[in-house]
Amino acid sequence: MDSLKTTISKTILFYALIFLALACEQKPSENTDTNSSLPALPTADANNGGLTLPDNFGTVVVADSTGRARHIAVNDQGDIFIKMRRLKEEKGILTISDTTGNGKMDTFSGFDLYTGTGIHIYNNYLYASSDSSVYRYPLENGAVPAEAEPEVIVSGFPIQRSHASKTLAFDNAGNIYVNVGGPSNACMEESRTPGSPGMDPCPQLEYQAGIWRFDANKPGQTQKEDGYRYATGIRNAVALEWNDKENSLYALQHGRDQLNNLFTDLYTDEQSAELPSEEFLQINEGDDFGWPYCYYDHFKNQKILAPEYGGDGEKTGRCEDIKAPIMAFPAHWAPNDLLFYTGDLFPEKYKNGAFIAFHGSWNRGPFAQKGYSVVFVPFKDGKPSGDWEIFATGFKGKDEIMSPSEAAHRPVGLAQGPDGSLYISDSVKGKIWRVMYYDNVTTASL
Amino acid sequence: MNKFYLIFISIALFIAACGGAKNEAEQTETTAQEEVKSEPEEKVAEAAVPRGQGIYKTYCQVCHQADGNGVPGMNPPLTQTEWVLGEKERLIKVVLNGLNGEIEIKGEIYNNVMASHSFLTDKQIADVLTYVRSSWGNDASEISEEEVAAVRASNEG
Repeated sequence: MDSLKTTISKTILFYALIFLALACEQKPSENTDTNSSLPALPTADANNGGLTLPDNFGTVVVADSTGRARHIAVNDQGDIFIKMRRLKEEKGILTISDTTGNGKMDTFSGFDLYTGTGIHIYNNYLYASSDSSVYRYPLENGAVPAEAEPEVIVSGFPIQRSHASKTLAFDNAGNIYVNVGGPSNACMEESRTPGSPGMDPCPQLEYQAGIWRFDANKPGQTQKEDGYRYATGIRNAVALEWNDKENSLYALQHGRDQLNNLFTDLYTDEQSAELPSEEFLQINEGDDFGWPYCYYDHFKNQKILAPEYGGDGEKTGRCEDIKAPIMAFPAHWAPNDLLFYTGDLFPEKYKNGAFIAFHGSWNRGPFAQKGYSVVFVPFKDGKPSGDWEIFATGFKGKDEIMSPSEAAHRPVGLAQGPDGSLYISDSVKGKIWRVMYYDNVTTASL
Repeated sequence: MNKFYLIFISIALFIAACGGAKNEAEQTETTAQEEVKSEPEEKVAEAAVPRGQGIYKTYCQVCHQADGNGVPGMNPPLTQTEWVLGEKERLIKVVLNGLNGEIEIKGEIYNNVMASHSFLTDKQIADVLTYVRSSWGNDASEISEEEVAAVRASNEG
């Protein structure tokens, strides 16, 4: 009897162990069935790095404080290149790597000496921009060799202090697209001065406030000699991306500031906080989106004549035939990066949809500042197929802030990893999050 | 009857809202001047602060923020910086001439353009700077209308 009991007990124990082993198999840390050729997803951080995400998404904070980060790029090995707004230990571009496979970056190195925003991997080169030039570096096994010298691809962009970020996008035909922001709020004769009229025509449109196209493979180009003005009338498109599926350029424009502060008689504080829209643009060659003469009002669903050019908040005037955005977002949220998701890790609804990093507002005062989030927009046939939704929040570190310097973090850059993870960078401390989907399995954080 | 009552109330509100501010400013000014006779320095500053706060809200707050901390990378902070607490002449000139150039404060670089605010009166500039120099933990002396007038004269000359 005893031996039978022992046998039964052993059998139960055996199956229990198998059951446990199978159950363990489903834990995120060992979840390998998304893409068998890639390493397992690392276990999500207990608090998702302070972020709130949709169900079954989790994050790992891959690096906590890399410095004043801007845009990021991820290579096929999962290493991250970070373009710095301020030099970090005398380096303008950081490379961070995870050598242990736990998702935490443990190796930091850096190179070059200029600050800026744009960074992108294209045809086995790493492209990066200062506020006046675009450079590239050859990649060997995904890394920039120690002895590599940067090639200057484009130089000679106007020196400007406002809206100076030269963000980059690449098509499939060997072209690079560069954002050249307008150097002012609305091309006033006296910059940001109450009541000052707008210059007409605005001379800033000649070499700024648009998207310029260049040959991505030709060193030594200058904007004036080699640049082609692909689109104009865009105040500042920090978020700029080529959509391979649609074979088209997309961007988000930072709308103008200070309607009430500059035109007290025409706009209330409330109107100034809620207008104008941040515009999501689908850009064809030759398009003009109307800056500085027009802005978009998402309550009226119209381009409105700017007050610097005789507008009163109602008149449409010369703006009637100006191309409208494909979607409009609340005012002043500051869209700073755009990514079309092509990975397999996230659920089907995210495929080919747009993620947008909103840096967060500064000129909604006297009301609370808003934005400070990553938003998702579902896409079909090159257009939004539904409303936008908040994908990631919690960057601010508290529910309500009145001033941007209160924000613990501000999302600024997005990149997709080789396994379909979404990476988000932060401009305040340089925190980098890796967002993953855990395939209906309870994440470690839940 | 009700209609007339409503119109009366509306007109009263309009006068209160649109004319009142001016009256209030004038009254405050008068009070301040009266008090100058008995206790010169301090009382002027006390009256200047609420006046300065109103000017700050209208012309400065959108960029420099309600907490005076500015916007990282764009608009510089007004708290605990020599630009505000130090030499009065440089500070007055920033308001009169604006500032168009990169400045660095505590390791952060600020880039946005500040417009000239020379359209404000000497008194308004004195009030708003006195408010800024005594708010958010700042504790610097007041700036007088005469000091602004003197800088404006030398600035223009």
